[in-house]
Amino acid sequence: MAVIPTTASGIAAAIASKQITAREVIDSYLAQISARETDIHAFNLVTADAARAHADAIDADIAAGRPIGPLAGVPVAIKDNLCTHGIETTCSSKILEGWKPPYDATVVSRLRDAGAIMVGKTNLDEFAMGSSTENSAFGPTRNPLDTSRVPGGSSGGSAAAVAAGFAPVSLGSDTGGSIRQPAAMCGVVGVKPTYGLVSRYGLCAYASSLDQVGPFATTVADAALITEAIAGHDAMDSTSIPQPAPALVASVSQGVAGMRIGRVTDLPAGAEPEVIARLNEAFAALEAAGATIVDVTLPSLSYALTAYYLIAPAEASSNLARYDGVRYGLRVNAVDTNSMYGATRAAGFGDEVKRRIMLGTYALSAGYYDAYYGKALKVRRLIAEDFERAYAQVDVILTPTSPVVAFPFGDKVDDPMAMYLCDIYTIPTNLAGHPAMSVPFGTGAHGMPVGIQVLAPALGEAPMFRVGGSLENAAGGVK
Amino acid sequence: MTQDPLSSIVATDEQMLEGGWELIVGLEVHVELATKTKLFSGSPNRFGDEPNTNIDPVTLGLPGALPVLNKQAVELAMRIGIALNCDIQPCIFHRKNYFYPDMPKAYQISQYDIPLNIDGFLVLPSGTRIGVERAHLEEDTGKSTHVGGATGRIHGSDYSLIDFNRAGVPLVEIVSRPDIRTSEHAKEYVAELRAILEVIGASDAKMEEGSMRVDANVSVHKPGTLFGTRCEIKNVNSIRALGRAIDYEARRQIDVLDSGGTIRQETRHWDDAEGRTHTLRVKEDADDYRYFPEPDLVPLAPSAEWVQAVRDNLPMLPAARRTALSALTGYDTQSEAVIVVVERGQHDYVQAVVDAGGDAVRALIYVQQGFADAGPVPAVPAADLAKLTVLERDAKLSATQAKTVLAELVEHGGGDAAVIAAAKGFEAMDTSAVEAMVDEAIAADPGAWAKYMAGDEKASGAIVGRVMKASQGKADGKIVTAIMQSRRS
Repeated sequence: MAVIPTTASGIAAAIASKQITAREVIDSYLAQISARETDIHAFNLVTADAARAHADAIDADIAAGRPIGPLAGVPVAIKDNLCTHGIETTCSSKILEGWKPPYDATVVSRLRDAGAIMVGKTNLDEFAMGSSTENSAFGPTRNPLDTSRVPGGSSGGSAAAVAAGFAPVSLGSDTGGSIRQPAAMCGVVGVKPTYGLVSRYGLCAYASSLDQVGPFATTVADAALITEAIAGHDAMDSTSIPQPAPALVASVSQGVAGMRIGRVTDLPAGAEPEVIARLNEAFAALEAAGATIVDVTLPSLSYALTAYYLIAPAEASSNLARYDGVRYGLRVNAVDTNSMYGATRAAGFGDEVKRRIMLGTYALSAGYYDAYYGKALKVRRLIAEDFERAYAQVDVILTPTSPVVAFPFGDKVDDPMAMYLCDIYTIPTNLAGHPAMSVPFGTGAHGMPVGIQVLAPALGEAPMFRVGGSLENAAGGVK
Repeated sequence: MTQDPLSSIVATDEQMLEGGWELIVGLEVHVELATKTKLFSGSPNRFGDEPNTNIDPVTLGLPGALPVLNKQAVELAMRIGIALNCDIQPCIFHRKNYFYPDMPKAYQISQYDIPLNIDGFLVLPSGTRIGVERAHLEEDTGKSTHVGGATGRIHGSDYSLIDFNRAGVPLVEIVSRPDIRTSEHAKEYVAELRAILEVIGASDAKMEEGSMRVDANVSVHKPGTLFGTRCEIKNVNSIRALGRAIDYEARRQIDVLDSGGTIRQETRHWDDAEGRTHTLRVKEDADDYRYFPEPDLVPLAPSAEWVQAVRDNLPMLPAARRTALSALTGYDTQSEAVIVVVERGQHDYVQAVVDAGGDAVRALIYVQQGFADAGPVPAVPAADLAKLTVLERDAKLSATQAKTVLAELVEHGGGDAAVIAAAKGFEAMDTSAVEAMVDEAIAADPGAWAKYMAGDEKASGAIVGRVMKASQGKADGKIVTAIMQSRRS
């Protein structure tokens, strides 16, 4: 059998040039899933039969000389909070178990239109609420690099799927770091695009003003390729930016000569020393590659976590109210409608989801709105203004992605605040609506990978990928 | 004297209720917009279809579905705002959160503190100006049918059926200021509002079908004091019911207050059959709706050009139509004929009858009396009605005969009035024949004639009666009277 390339771009090129068939590719990835999925539990559902049938259809198109898409035959894993037509979409929650959407998320149909083949629906923290994938109602995902450790979250399944070689690329969603943090913990590339660059249509909402879909990949170029494929205006999402998808792959190899890279001097403390060491090495590498390092301050950053944990739960409390047992998903019967709501939601939601619904309901309540939600919105504006001032001086900003490397199961599950702190460096970008990516850059404690985060201003994906590409090159020389 | 800050309108002496109480009414009117599709999705906005056929992921609030604002709905809402003299402002949408089975997302997308239309007014045909606080866009809910149980309400029912066809239908909620002081004014406000909505094509505004729903906030107080505690009256399904409900509720509140009680702020249900209101829920039970800005929608800021285009294309409003019809016919703008014909949207038809050579006054009266159920465009061709008005004006037909011919025209959706009259044996009487008959009648009853000559108008009846008898009812009473008057002078 021919050697299967490990990147999406390599696979697409090999299939298009008939060096290998789509079926050979998909069989190879499904074999890898068969070998390790029991240990990893990256998926809620593996769609093996549909994937093989899709691959055969692509091979038939190629044989017949019919046109194929730019990602034809590329296996892709889809986070299980993205709607897939006729295929169970659970958000890793009992309340949606068995629900089959009658439509595809825009990102899903765009990838399919490009020829990508879905291999399965990946596990997540229930409704994308969590930082370790331990909040899944269907059991945690294990980190492929050390199965005693978490893969991060909430898109832990999508990160693990790529790290374990179950798919060269996958889609996740990022509300406060849910792509970047698991990417860092699993040693893969993860991108959260600018808010509005990628359609949210068909993404089961957690916090609508923060949610954004993005890719995981083994290389920065693949991440750029998938971002290009899913980005661009969608009339079904009112918050979608009315612009076509930008060209990004070319940026990856452009280098950083002449770029100004921001170092945050008042970065909230708490990062492990190895993580800080890698960050400093990253600055040194970029400087060596011709960039200038500029100190900037982001004084409002220390309030970001607090603001996030008011805004996101407030929106979640409203977004998740539709899971009421009336029309779809779980229904626990009771004597009257109100009791049915209560019984259904008590049985259907896990503890973290309930915690955030209660927090958000409280934050929006009459008499508390101004003190909590209203104030959080003000902090959000201050953070955006901080970034605006910083981006007057620099093109991008570098921070750690996560303050910690992947931790053992159960380490933080009983301490929500410790868990929330995992997202301290990723959350500010979501509040500002900006893009950011995590690039693997050496290892930290216990030999686990460290991710370096590249932050850019709104629609600054091109400079972000330039820096990401340079970091990837430099990472080869880091321990 | 203390003036309530909510309204500076003071009832006139005639408008005051017994015992020195002043009635304070504000109306909240929900109208379904006549759009092709729903407010936030492409499903048809159509009444009467098979249940749960006009639905889609957005309508059903499926996970991942997102709202996209309907431009036509915004345009119709702006028409309403302009017709009600509102300011149109950049606005945002909010979520109003509450659980109910026919509310698919468990929140309603509505407008809260920054609505599209604010600070307008509506001038009643009788001249009173009623303030309009706001007219905002929101989505309708689905429709629940509760099966089993005595009340038809959710409590005590065996099961419920939900039709989501109506869910997501665009509504505009028009909130008046508490400027209404009589139940007559409330009825007049709703009738005028309905006429405006029909004329501008914003809604078919049918209270019976629920495309126009009126809730009345009713309170009473003594002038010079702050307004009393108000009750909101729901389930008012006709203009007549609105008047009855307000009168009942005012009486009830006055009785409570006169006997030393206090009014609880509550929502009350109007029972039209019983002619009374019942407590539906008291204010203390009211939900906290946890309004917050809808993150799935962007702010709506209609451009000045768009607003101007909507303003320029607005058809003539009922008030202007009354003025035009008054000029055409000489009838007062506040006369019942003018008000009724404009309310029915038939003023263009009257104009068409006149344009076809018809007599304006007779056209107005015929339309008022004969076309109550005919709608804005009656089936009878304007030229056919014009011909009838001319036959009567020229005394070819008596008023009584003309009425009979009119009924025939209405029944058959048109026809040649002259042919119908001939078929009925209504041959035209020429004036000289009538004059001869009048002279014969005077000769036959000189006593009555003498009294008439002396100024006793009632005595004319005997003479007219004789002429009618002689002509077998074919003489026009007005012509007969005119001949008699000419003989007297």
